[in-house]
Amino acid sequence: MSGQDPAPSTPLTLVSRDARRTVPTTVQNGREVVALDDLATLFQLSVREDALAGGVTVSYRGRTIVASADRPIVSVEGRVVSLPAPMVRSGRRWLVPVEFMSSALASIYDQRIELRRASRLVILGDVRLPRVTASIDTAGPPTRATIEIAPAAAVAVSADSGRMLVKIDADGLDFSASAMSGLIDRIRVGDQPNTVVVDTNGTGRATVTTANNVARVLIEVAAPATSESRAPVPAPGPAPTPSPSAPIPDPREVIAATRTWQTIVIDPGHGGDDVGVRSAKGVEEKQLTLDIARRLRGMVESRLGLRVILTRDDDRALGLDERAAVANNGKANLLISLHVNGSRVPDQSGAEVLHLQLDRETAEVVRTATAEGAALPTLGGGIRRLDLIPWDLAQARHRDESCVLASVLQEELQRQVPMSGHPIRRAPMRLLAAANMPAALVEVAYLTNPGQEARLATDDFKNTVAQAVFSAIVRFRAWSEESQAQ
Amino acid sequence: MSMKTWWLAFVGALAVLVLIALSIARMYGPARPATGEEAPVAGASSAPKETAHITATLFFGSPDGQTLVPVRRDVALADTVVEQGRQILNAQLSEVPPAPNVSVIPAGTKLRAFYVTERGDAFVDLSSDVVTGHPGGSLNELLTVYSIVNSVTATLPAVRRVQILVDGKEADTIAGHVDLRRPLSRDDSLVRDADEK
Repeated sequence: MSGQDPAPSTPLTLVSRDARRTVPTTVQNGREVVALDDLATLFQLSVREDALAGGVTVSYRGRTIVASADRPIVSVEGRVVSLPAPMVRSGRRWLVPVEFMSSALASIYDQRIELRRASRLVILGDVRLPRVTASIDTAGPPTRATIEIAPAAAVAVSADSGRMLVKIDADGLDFSASAMSGLIDRIRVGDQPNTVVVDTNGTGRATVTTANNVARVLIEVAAPATSESRAPVPAPGPAPTPSPSAPIPDPREVIAATRTWQTIVIDPGHGGDDVGVRSAKGVEEKQLTLDIARRLRGMVESRLGLRVILTRDDDRALGLDERAAVANNGKANLLISLHVNGSRVPDQSGAEVLHLQLDRETAEVVRTATAEGAALPTLGGGIRRLDLIPWDLAQARHRDESCVLASVLQEELQRQVPMSGHPIRRAPMRLLAAANMPAALVEVAYLTNPGQEARLATDDFKNTVAQAVFSAIVRFRAWSEESQAQ
Repeated sequence: MSMKTWWLAFVGALAVLVLIALSIARMYGPARPATGEEAPVAGASSAPKETAHITATLFFGSPDGQTLVPVRRDVALADTVVEQGRQILNAQLSEVPPAPNVSVIPAGTKLRAFYVTERGDAFVDLSSDVVTGHPGGSLNELLTVYSIVNSVTATLPAVRRVQILVDGKEADTIAGHVDLRRPLSRDDSLVRDADEK
């Protein structure tokens, strides 16, 4: 096992169902790069150099990427994809930025390729690699910590003196931990890639709960029952007695305080049998949404360094709940669903932005649930208040932020593309309702308008739309981080 | 004023009063039993004069495809709210929109059932043609959904909200955008204010 300790010089690890392989990387001009011949071996690619043109053709099963020396763009099956840095030659080898794997190679490959730079991982295909985050709830003593596993997986916990071992039923872990304190020294990945070790200075015990497809391991570490311990807890009692004076912070405050932007989710509308709107010439909405989503992903990853998850990265049918689950489980800071509109009136044209409208009575249900909540006992006798909002109405608590997001999207689109007569709407949108983060849906143009259909076929228009949405993401992130800091 | 003129005015006023009384009696008199659920509701032009009727508000797409336009149509008066709802919905599904307005419900969509709960939530069960024939697009879908919701709630004050079912089952959406899992209230933000007769 390698790649546990993120550092620029650490190689990436390619994780697939059957193996973990090292992807050697180097740093060139401050950029992390990978050699094309290494990628050829790892991904069974053929790489052919065209000395005359000064470029390279990378092929996989008849699909090709053409890259030119010293240019930060490549042509993927005829589409231009931007890279954060140009391909460069080093001796006999060609070096490309590591983002080449997720933004170019992923488009011609027959399995999902996801680059998680922060975790030093490249995920190939359908691998169970839950995000595991560890954080301290209270320093105590007793010290309480939570390990969240999303999506949920079966968990087994064993405790030793000074050490707890959490074994998770997964192929690997995408692990991150915030700073530790109190009686917990460190929470880290164990020797086995699917284990987490909690190094403690006391006696630990754990409870596992699962809700909304997230498993939580609640850990409590009490001071060792020795004479030199400064803890006021008397030694003989079998049950640890918590200090009633230590207030348990509201979990929402903990999350808000530690949250910085890491992940956004882009949802290319429709897919598979659900083609969406189809133009008179047979152009399908599902293809355009995926195309624009990939362009947008490239921009956000390369310019903002954020992790971007597409709810689908190929032509597959995906339910609206599954799309929302991708965003919720990925703990995305933002969800944008991309669509292309249709009308019975061919003249209808222009972009529109939609955000969630809750029915007055449904909003009342949510308000009551939020106000009443539920008081649940926690380890050691404390009380934790939880909001009991129906999972499929998770958007209820983000409505104000989503309203800001929709406005920013409208403004940025308006600068660059034609807008419809009704450029922003509130509506009971099914996907947005279940998103537990600021979320909006963008209809970029009307495919049923012959003029707009022609424009949608051009790279120029698709890049312009992606650029407008990108600008809105930048502005919304700035607003969001500023309002959290206040 | 001469006696003759006074007499003529009196007769004229009496005639007007009789006419008003007759039309009120026609509106609120005992309704005829429905002859069959599937009988299509005739438009105003072809309605038999002796049939009691109410004026329902139906909703069609505006010529620019952006909004709903309310259109008044006579539909047969029914005995119950449920029966009246069926009449209104059958008219909404089958009436040809007056030019230049456009239809917003896929052709061939039929009403399978209609019922109302004690809480005032109505359930409109449509044939799957509403899904299979739908051209897609979120605005199109909003117009389809709210033409149904608004036509029921505008004419039947007893109905507060409307939930659309497809082929007898709860549906997620019609075309992938608008949430149909809960009853929806009337939304006038999609309605253009011009009322056409």
